[in-house]
Amino acid sequence: MNATPTEVPPREGALCRLDAGGAVADGYQPPLDDAELRAAFRLMLLTRLLGERGVSLQRQGRLGTIASARGQEAAMIGSAWPLDPRRDWLVPQYRELPSMLRMGWPLDRLLLYYRGHPLGSVPPEGINVLPVQIALAAQLPHAAGLGWGLRRQGSDAVVLTYFGEGAASEGDAHEALNLAGVKKAPVIFVLQNNGWAISTPAAKQTAAASLAARAAGYGMVGEQVDGNDLFAVYEATARAVTRARAGEGPTLIEALTFRLGPHNTTDDEKRYVDADEFADWEARDPLLRLRAYLEGCDVLDEAAEAEMRESIEAEIGAAVESMEAQSQTSSGQLFENVYAELTPRLRRQRQELEGGAA
Amino acid sequence: MAEMNIVEAIRATLAAEMERDERIMLLGQDIGANGGVFRATEGLFARYGEERVVDMPLAEAAIVGSAVGLAVSGMVPVAELQFLGFGSQAFHQIEGQVARMRFRSGGRFPMPIVIRAPFGGNVRTPELHSDAHEAKYAQVPGLKIAMPATAHDAKGLLAEAIRDPDPVLFCEPLRGYRLVRDDVPEDDYTVPFGKARVAREGSDVTIIAWSAAVTIAERAAELAAEGGISCAVLDLRTLVPLDEEAIAEAVAKTGRAVVVHEAPLTAGFGAEVVATISEQAFWSLEAPVGRVAGFDSPYPIGSIEESYVPSADRVLVKVRQVMGER
Repeated sequence: MNATPTEVPPREGALCRLDAGGAVADGYQPPLDDAELRAAFRLMLLTRLLGERGVSLQRQGRLGTIASARGQEAAMIGSAWPLDPRRDWLVPQYRELPSMLRMGWPLDRLLLYYRGHPLGSVPPEGINVLPVQIALAAQLPHAAGLGWGLRRQGSDAVVLTYFGEGAASEGDAHEALNLAGVKKAPVIFVLQNNGWAISTPAAKQTAAASLAARAAGYGMVGEQVDGNDLFAVYEATARAVTRARAGEGPTLIEALTFRLGPHNTTDDEKRYVDADEFADWEARDPLLRLRAYLEGCDVLDEAAEAEMRESIEAEIGAAVESMEAQSQTSSGQLFENVYAELTPRLRRQRQELEGGAA
Repeated sequence: MAEMNIVEAIRATLAAEMERDERIMLLGQDIGANGGVFRATEGLFARYGEERVVDMPLAEAAIVGSAVGLAVSGMVPVAELQFLGFGSQAFHQIEGQVARMRFRSGGRFPMPIVIRAPFGGNVRTPELHSDAHEAKYAQVPGLKIAMPATAHDAKGLLAEAIRDPDPVLFCEPLRGYRLVRDDVPEDDYTVPFGKARVAREGSDVTIIAWSAAVTIAERAAELAAEGGISCAVLDLRTLVPLDEEAIAEAVAKTGRAVVVHEAPLTAGFGAEVVATISEQAFWSLEAPVGRVAGFDSPYPIGSIEESYVPSADRVLVKVRQVMGER
């Protein structure tokens, strides 16, 4: 049986500034200056190349299961960009590596997570990011509580959190959105609707045409954007950040996007995604459309991109090397930070494992 | 020193802790103007306002899940689940999130969260209000479990729980809320976790219990004494951490033991206590250890719950059995 194909943007009403061919309306000025545009493009390119390198490292047994962000770079980077890493917070799900990098989480430390190393979920001191979330939507009540708590203490910080159209079916999503609305918590809920929860199409998650429309039911602003358009995602998120900082409460942003590849390295999307649908979305590739725009206005050219590519490859290479150098583990880590202090039972279990007297 | 029942002791402790530490926020259903369905937060809303005594949406996972974020932000959340039976609606947040955030974040995000929840039978509540779920939480690494039996301990253990840097499930005996009264010092004090209490000295059989079952055990000990059997009663106070030394010491003295709890028998925490006795006090045993518990049937509707919840009579039968009497 064929799965119902998802509707592709631009959907009527979804905010779009940069079309699939890389064109903008006459007189449109992007929300970022040239240097920032180059930096955002570089992070998108790094994400793309990292995804490719990650698969290769997984095949070599140097990384475990890894989920690439290919195709969703604009949705992630466009939404993370308006945050201020010094005061704002990010509550990720699991695919948003570039957003975590943007907040300052070092790449080698992030890669450790996919190496299966405990340090991979430990945010370095001063980095305002929670560990990745594997139990989908469970992070959303955390984001609501964090935003509420920061505001209660007089901070103007905002919290941005991610989930997908699959996780939107979870009860935690409803409970968190509802609570954030009630508490007017400064939280931006970015729902990346990439059409597929592994192999389950969006049409089997919801009968609604718009997940952003749910915002009305929570008393918050909702906006649907073309998630492959860096400018639209940035613009909607920046507006939401401004509102949240001003105490005007949370926003639900639905970014319409597509995962241009498998769910993760254990998956094969060809088993369930129609080749034509895939091709449609390849034609809407967020990276290609930004590149076309940047080349069109002379912010980027082939030589500059080649240079960028080289520096990214070097950066990834160094991070992989550093990740591997840190990848030693010890069984003692099983017992660290279970509690502030070991219970007598845990102390005995550790002694038994280490071969000491029980 | 004032005589208080358990709910009064809890209320007084919440007030004192909120006075001491302004980071403390109470989260729960009906805890504001209504003062909680059992009045555990009575007066606190008027005193500390809606920012610190927060009537939450009717959503257990949001109550517990938002506590995670509040804790990251620097607050000290004390959440109330109206009944432990409804904790299942938040179990994934407690088990998968609250209890392992310290571990996953390498200590960056400790979770100084208390989750208070009344439980226990024989008060004729509707379905799912009475279930004793402590054993399933005892399978959650990173969580501590306090189960006071007296007003004195309700105060001392709750103060300890709130000041503990780790998450604590604080189970309150519904039946004892008003029935259990004892002396509670007015001064600030805490009862350390992992230190059991000898509720009664005795030389023949040690009855081991926690929470409301301690009262049943004490009553059974009185009945046993009338028949010439001397029972000690050991109140565990906390299941995690567990005072294994006190268990071993008590059983070494009597050579016989009976464990009592309200939860279903199979895989109840009593099984853990019996295993501990087997590991730590096996050579002291003069008889197999007895267990008296709820049955392996769903917690029943009110009219037959008295047959379900362990009674002093059922404990007495088991005490006689381990004494070799028929």
